[in-house]
Amino acid sequence: MNTLIHETLANESIYMPIPARIVDVKTFTPAEKLFRIELPAGFTLGHEPGQFVELSLLGIGECPISICSSPSRTDGTFELCIRAVGKVTEAMHRLEPGAMVGIRGPFGRPFPDARFRGKDILFVAGGLGLAPLRSLIDEVLDNRGQFRRVILMYGARTPEYILFPDDLQRWADRGDVELLTTVDHPTPEWTGNSGVITTLLPKVDFDGRNMIAVVVGPPIMYRFAVPEVLKRGVREANIWMSFERQMKCAVGKCGHCQMHHIYTCQDGPSFNYMEVKDLEEAFE
Amino acid sequence: MDQLRLMPKQRFTDWIERLLNRDFTVVGPIEKHGQFVYDEIRKPAQLVVDYSITALPPKKYMLPAREVLFNFNTQTMEMKPVIEAEPTVIVGLHSCDMHAIKLLDDIQNTGYADQHYQSRREQTYLVSFDCIQPCSPQSFCKDMNTLSVPDNFDLHFVDIGENYLIHVGSEKGETLLEGCMNTWSPGEADLATLDATMEQKWQNFEYRLNVDVSELPDVLGASMSSSLWNDLGEICLACGACTQVCPTCYCFDVSDEVDLDMENGQRVRTWDSCQIDKFAIVAGGHDFRSQRAGRIRHRILRKGKWQYQAYGQMGCVGCGRCGTACLVNINMISTFNQLADEQALIKAEDIS
Repeated sequence: MNTLIHETLANESIYMPIPARIVDVKTFTPAEKLFRIELPAGFTLGHEPGQFVELSLLGIGECPISICSSPSRTDGTFELCIRAVGKVTEAMHRLEPGAMVGIRGPFGRPFPDARFRGKDILFVAGGLGLAPLRSLIDEVLDNRGQFRRVILMYGARTPEYILFPDDLQRWADRGDVELLTTVDHPTPEWTGNSGVITTLLPKVDFDGRNMIAVVVGPPIMYRFAVPEVLKRGVREANIWMSFERQMKCAVGKCGHCQMHHIYTCQDGPSFNYMEVKDLEEAFE
Repeated sequence: MDQLRLMPKQRFTDWIERLLNRDFTVVGPIEKHGQFVYDEIRKPAQLVVDYSITALPPKKYMLPAREVLFNFNTQTMEMKPVIEAEPTVIVGLHSCDMHAIKLLDDIQNTGYADQHYQSRREQTYLVSFDCIQPCSPQSFCKDMNTLSVPDNFDLHFVDIGENYLIHVGSEKGETLLEGCMNTWSPGEADLATLDATMEQKWQNFEYRLNVDVSELPDVLGASMSSSLWNDLGEICLACGACTQVCPTCYCFDVSDEVDLDMENGQRVRTWDSCQIDKFAIVAGGHDFRSQRAGRIRHRILRKGKWQYQAYGQMGCVGCGRCGTACLVNINMISTFNQLADEQALIKAEDIS
């Protein structure tokens, strides 16, 4: 099997994508859809949790999207959860199975999940942050014996905006995942927790000293959730995040994703808190 | 490989003529509307090697302002890369621009190499000219350690009066002199003139930076919350002229252009600027550098600290073009100096 990055690099131009087919589309929310994408026969994505691809619609443009399926569940196809929020993603939402897209990648530094073994794992996902995390969550759960407690906290804007409902059910049904969800703005029918994601933290008793916290969400969530996790004793270098930035190349050339001397597309998108806490533009 | 050759000045034009006849594209400084610009030379007489400074740096020959990356067909998904490169000799490069090219080479070849840049660069011959006199009131190359040419030249010319002394820096350089019947071996007297020229030239340049360049990264690192950024942000027009004329700025935007048949098209990259609004915005609308003050700080710190951290070379080569291009007179040297003075003052207050 040829990995996609091998093919991307073998191309005469690093900026030219490989053609791929949409094989399944699932609507999650009014803004987000899940796309299953198939690479040409004989190719595998060869990714690790936390990496992303550049998604191309020829004639429209290209944008970075994190891979939300785990390497442990890859069979020549992979999944992208896409919010319709820009030119490319809005056009993507109009596509149906059978449509062709372009893929480059996978790019970026993955979560170092091998270093998470033997530890308690706390996942904190806000909104679309669950997409990059899902790849890691399944990777951890498919090797469940190598980790201790697994706690997953997920917050959505409203019940209507909850992503991956089947996966949430699957994880809850396992019995070995402590799953808590909340919504910022509940509807009358909603019977679960309400409030921002940080309100879930006091609900679980844990010792942060042997814990990896993987926190993924919008910039504002990092500003509130990371200090709370730190207060619970999780070490700075054990708090992992995934950063979203504008990217035009994904290969450390276009300059859009720079934070100080760092290229988010090369040195990230996954960072631990210790690495970025002194960078003024990391969270603002 | 540093070999020395001597070229009498009256033979220079003949050498350029020969390069043109050998199917090289020859580019160099020519005069246009009272300014110097790098442009293609069609007749040797157009070339001005004792020019001051060009409005735009030579980066456009390796990173064009607009470049097609690949052609595509939206229906068939057929894609074809466009790698365009032709043997090009750039004549008349100043040492600041040579340092800039060295940094660009490093950036483009770090990690995933950019083949579009690489293939152009491989076919580009660098012929530099030693700077004997300051070229512009804005330049400060002596401070930035860029007054001496780095080792990336193919040929390096030093004006020693009646003759040029030529350092041959590579096999590519050797190729340019092949069979040209214009160079001889320098004699002892020529070498003595060369030494005297090189020694004297340093006195023609002044130090303008209030700190040593090695202290600059720390000065800038301590300046994150300086009020100067807001002052500059107040007057900056966010036009991006500074980054267009910068020899080390390489950021780009990528967009798709579709032909009128709505089927064929091309993916194109164009120069972009971190000084322009929305450069760092993400799809959800969060802009990581929405204020002009933050964008100026980003540019200045990249040039004087962050690129040094990432690539071991200063992003600012002291050419002074950004200061010349700026409509509101923001320039590197006074920004660096104001920050250095500000911090010297804070230190003095701490001691007393």
